Amino acid sequence: MNLKEIIEIVDGTLLNPQVDTNIEIRGGIGADLMSDVLAASQPDAILMTGLTNPQVVRTAQMADIRAIVFVRGKQPQEQTLAIATQENIPLITSPCGMFEGCGRLHETGLPSFESNVPSD
Amino acid sequence: MCPPTKPQTEQEIYGRRGRTITDRDAHDISRVEELSYDLKVHEVMSTELRTASPDMPLSEVLEIMRIHRISGVPVVENDEMVGIVSLEDVVHALYKGNLDVPVSACMTREVVTIANYESVVKAIETFSLTRLGRLPVVDENNKLVGMITKGDITRGILIALQKDYQDEEVRRYRASHLFEDIISDRTTLVLRYNIKARDFNHGGNASSNIKRALMRLGADPQITRRCGIAVYEAEMNLIIHTNNGGILKLEVEPHRITMSTVDDGPGIPDITQALQPGYSTATEQVREMGFGAGMGLVNMKRCVDTMELESTVGKGTKLVMRILVPNETLTGHSHG
Repeated sequence: MNLKEIIEIVDGTLLNPQVDTNIEIRGGIGADLMSDVLAASQPDAILMTGLTNPQVVRTAQMADIRAIVFVRGKQPQEQTLAIATQENIPLITSPCGMFEGCGRLHETGLPSFESNVPSD
Repeated sequence: MCPPTKPQTEQEIYGRRGRTITDRDAHDISRVEELSYDLKVHEVMSTELRTASPDMPLSEVLEIMRIHRISGVPVVENDEMVGIVSLEDVVHALYKGNLDVPVSACMTREVVTIANYESVVKAIETFSLTRLGRLPVVDENNKLVGMITKGDITRGILIALQKDYQDEEVRRYRASHLFEDIISDRTTLVLRYNIKARDFNHGGNASSNIKRALMRLGADPQITRRCGIAVYEAEMNLIIHTNNGGILKLEVEPHRITMSTVDDGPGIPDITQALQPGYSTATEQVREMGFGAGMGLVNMKRCVDTMELESTVGKGTKLVMRILVPNETLTGHSHG
């Protein structure tokens, strides 16, 4: 699914228009725990989160997350925006809550890119 | 970008009845599938447009199709697309024995289009769903900018695959330059980063640089990702838990990547307990940042092949993680 479609679906606003938004998102993950993102996400996902600190962007970068949506209309810290722009990661703010945002995307066919808990 | 110059296949000519093969293939071959996500419609479409006007006689459209060997002609009026005439429409008119009718009388008015910024996979889906043989491509303002056929997609993917191959060659050359042209009994590239305690604002900078370095060395994306995650968790641990920060070190060898951290305290009292999923000593401040869930060491262990953790309370902690690089995905070719 194209990122532009995703932004529309979650009524989102792109916060760093200077980055390339013409990207394909293949799945989604919703988490406020960065360790969960690092542990469970598959590459090329979008991250839905309520956290706005710079670590969100660094985490996204390490986990090959393509774009980040802040739920509940949250605005990122200045430095978060700066790092994201430098690393070419689109940041979006959405008025939707976490459940609503994830639900809307899942409903339109965006699969979950969170893997289940490993059995070990 | 280049217009189709070769004669079209039967499948393209009989577009509407033709069966798609490309989407099936795309699902079987992963790199092709990947490319169909990466490539955009505007990168593979043909931009040399042949259009008709609504009042043009159908015979003239047939002539355009014959000369340019195309099977569908968009109909444009006042710069706006109002329909499309396909070979099938012409055959219908021919059946009724009248090619003098204007285009507007037999064109298809409800045109299925595709946006130029969409990925090729969307075009493949549309072809598959509609059984059309060609799609007019429009821009953000719904203005006609090109045409796309299944042939254009195949050609685009082949060109991209060739470029892939060349990029891979260059990457391999660079990597082997480092690990093969420099002769030694054992070549190691060492990257060292000083990590400050509680420097949350720069947390992840070192890991970000490490990930970039590995990508430039041509390491396999999967291995790069595992290293990135492991080293990031380790870097955050130095920032969160140490008294005076520590040193994060990456050693790249052709057959393995070693990541290590050293610090001078406070040390871990019970390593077995520290390795339990969910066990955490992190402060509320750290938890608010999304860390300190007690999954850091567990995550690291999951990403690497071996992990050794040594710690003495009051003296410090030493962490060594290794990822073995399989021969075929090597940064360089041989075992030094």
